[in-house]
Amino acid sequence: MDWAALSELWIDTLRILDGSFRLATPLILCAMAGLVSERSGVIDIGLEGKMLAAAFAAAAVASLSGSPWAGLVAALGVSAALALVHGFACITHRGEQIISGVAINILASGGTVVAGIALFRQGGQSPPLMADERFRPIALPGAEALSGIPVIGPFYAELVSGHTLPVYLALIAVPLVAWMLARTTFGLRLRATGEMPLAVDSAGVSVVLIRYRAVLIAGLLCGLAGVFLSTAHGAGFVREMSAGKGYIALAAMIFGKWRPWPVLGACLLFGFLETAAARLQGVQLPLIGEAPVELILMLPYVATVVLLAGFFGRAIPPKALGVPYRKER
Amino acid sequence: MTGLPKWVDLGLLPLMNLALAFLIAGGVVAIIGESPVEALSVMLKGAFVYDGGLGYTLYYTTNFLFTGLAVSVAFHAMLFNIGGEGQAAIGGLGAILVCLALDAVMPGLIVIPLAIAAAAVFGGAWAVVPGWLQAYRGSHIVITTIMFNFIAAGVLVSLLSGPLMRAGQSSPQSRDIAEAAQLPFIHDIARALGFPATSTPLNLSFVLALIAAVGVWVLIWRTRWGYALRAVGQSEPAAQYAGIRVPRTVVAAMAISGALAGCMAVNEILGAQHKMVLNFTAGYGFTGIAVALMGRNHPVGIFLAALLFGALYQGGAELDFEFQTITREMVLLIQGLIILFSGALSLMFVPALQRVFRPGPA
Repeated sequence: MDWAALSELWIDTLRILDGSFRLATPLILCAMAGLVSERSGVIDIGLEGKMLAAAFAAAAVASLSGSPWAGLVAALGVSAALALVHGFACITHRGEQIISGVAINILASGGTVVAGIALFRQGGQSPPLMADERFRPIALPGAEALSGIPVIGPFYAELVSGHTLPVYLALIAVPLVAWMLARTTFGLRLRATGEMPLAVDSAGVSVVLIRYRAVLIAGLLCGLAGVFLSTAHGAGFVREMSAGKGYIALAAMIFGKWRPWPVLGACLLFGFLETAAARLQGVQLPLIGEAPVELILMLPYVATVVLLAGFFGRAIPPKALGVPYRKER
Repeated sequence: MTGLPKWVDLGLLPLMNLALAFLIAGGVVAIIGESPVEALSVMLKGAFVYDGGLGYTLYYTTNFLFTGLAVSVAFHAMLFNIGGEGQAAIGGLGAILVCLALDAVMPGLIVIPLAIAAAAVFGGAWAVVPGWLQAYRGSHIVITTIMFNFIAAGVLVSLLSGPLMRAGQSSPQSRDIAEAAQLPFIHDIARALGFPATSTPLNLSFVLALIAAVGVWVLIWRTRWGYALRAVGQSEPAAQYAGIRVPRTVVAAMAISGALAGCMAVNEILGAQHKMVLNFTAGYGFTGIAVALMGRNHPVGIFLAALLFGALYQGGAELDFEFQTITREMVLLIQGLIILFSGALSLMFVPALQRVFRPGPA
């Protein structure tokens, strides 16, 4: 293989990784959200709904105000509000956490279209967003200058530079969550709340407050994922645009065994599978024939089921997950 | 449990929760700038009064009966089966495979029962796997059933855009099944008996759903197995101590639950559409959760709730014609609110009601 072909291959690889990374962004944000919530003991299957509602709020407000930043604030607000509804039902009223999550998903799925039609009369979509109403790719310093250098240049220009703000925020979110959980008092208490709330309570710390804060953090992270979908990756809101990503994130969170760095790995893997499936659409492979795109897209779900079944490794959830805490009087 | 009089617990409390959901939905309609009262009357007329409205309502009711019963059977064993969507899809696969294979060579009297059985068996099998994994491998049923929904959707996409796709077509759907393998429409039966009737998708599956409801009631409250099921739901250790084989009961509960969800496909494929189209489950499986919650997991309650949701779906379709700014998605919003208030927040009013109905020191 000559040099030109090799360099071509390198750039191709980088593009696939770049795509994987982009598609992994909403997964990373939502999986971190789920992780924080579930480590505190509150099941969150409403990731999907919060992300969808946030995506709508971001696009709608960005379109009406002309500023993606206003959209960002609205998205965080809407998602946090839904998170507080979840908290109100699950923490304050000790309701069924799964049912509350299902309710939030359905509320968002219906609510975004109802609001979309009322606001824009375009069948539930937002108007397409202009360039300055979106978060645009950020060219990191030196990307242009370094792009001429072989190997490293394309790596920097293609993979590291040129992403939108939410993508970089997703990357920062992982070490931040990891640090918070492992190194801060709040993180320690949050983890203890998810394992043995009684102990936290006897130490004089409010279980209710810790869980509310965890749920709220989850809301904000899902909000960012929504911002990514409609005002950074896409240019406007389309109905059902979250397309099950919240559930894949849930799978990634379990696949990563509720730990930040492994969860990041799972998200990147699932993002890679999605990119690979898209690239292989209609491609003829040696021996197999037409690439089994549907099968590749199913892999995250199958892998999660197999992992949960304990056939390889074991995913053990926090002990108090899903158990409402009743303070003794 | 709540210490409230029975009529409050079973009547007033659910009605209050329902009323709250509708109140908020009405508020949303008002914010949009339409009249909530007018919207409600349009929905009611669309569901019950207009020509054919009732037929459509009962057709939707059929779907919700099946999926609602499915959720409730699992719930009696404290299992959250939120995989109704996938189980219905795979049930549909069973039904359509039987029809496609046999409808040209065998009479309807053989094909139809076989197809119904296949829907139940396929749907049941799709639920047995998560059930087995929960019972014997300890994986959480909620997560596995969610994953199985997506896997089922993938299976259907690849089959309907591949081997099962109607020849000479590019849309993901199967060929039409032969007339002999179709379940008769109620309007055809009515006309044959000499009554005038408007054409609606309501078909004999509705009767099948009613039989299923009675069957579930007998099974849960009148059999030894139903007792075991409820015992497992109340307390697993106690059930085990009483000699009930818990894992086996869990798997069986999921099998029946999945079979009921699978039968939803009978209404759609053999009854209404006469072919399998992609996404024919259309969220009915998820709505089953709301139906079971509202119906308090009792067949009578589930029938009433299924009727309510049938009316909402049919009435919601009417909204599209009458209003510019509110559409059938309003129903999805109402559905979400109902799940929130009748499900997750179902006990919100209990303390207040206890103060009213249990005066004095508790």
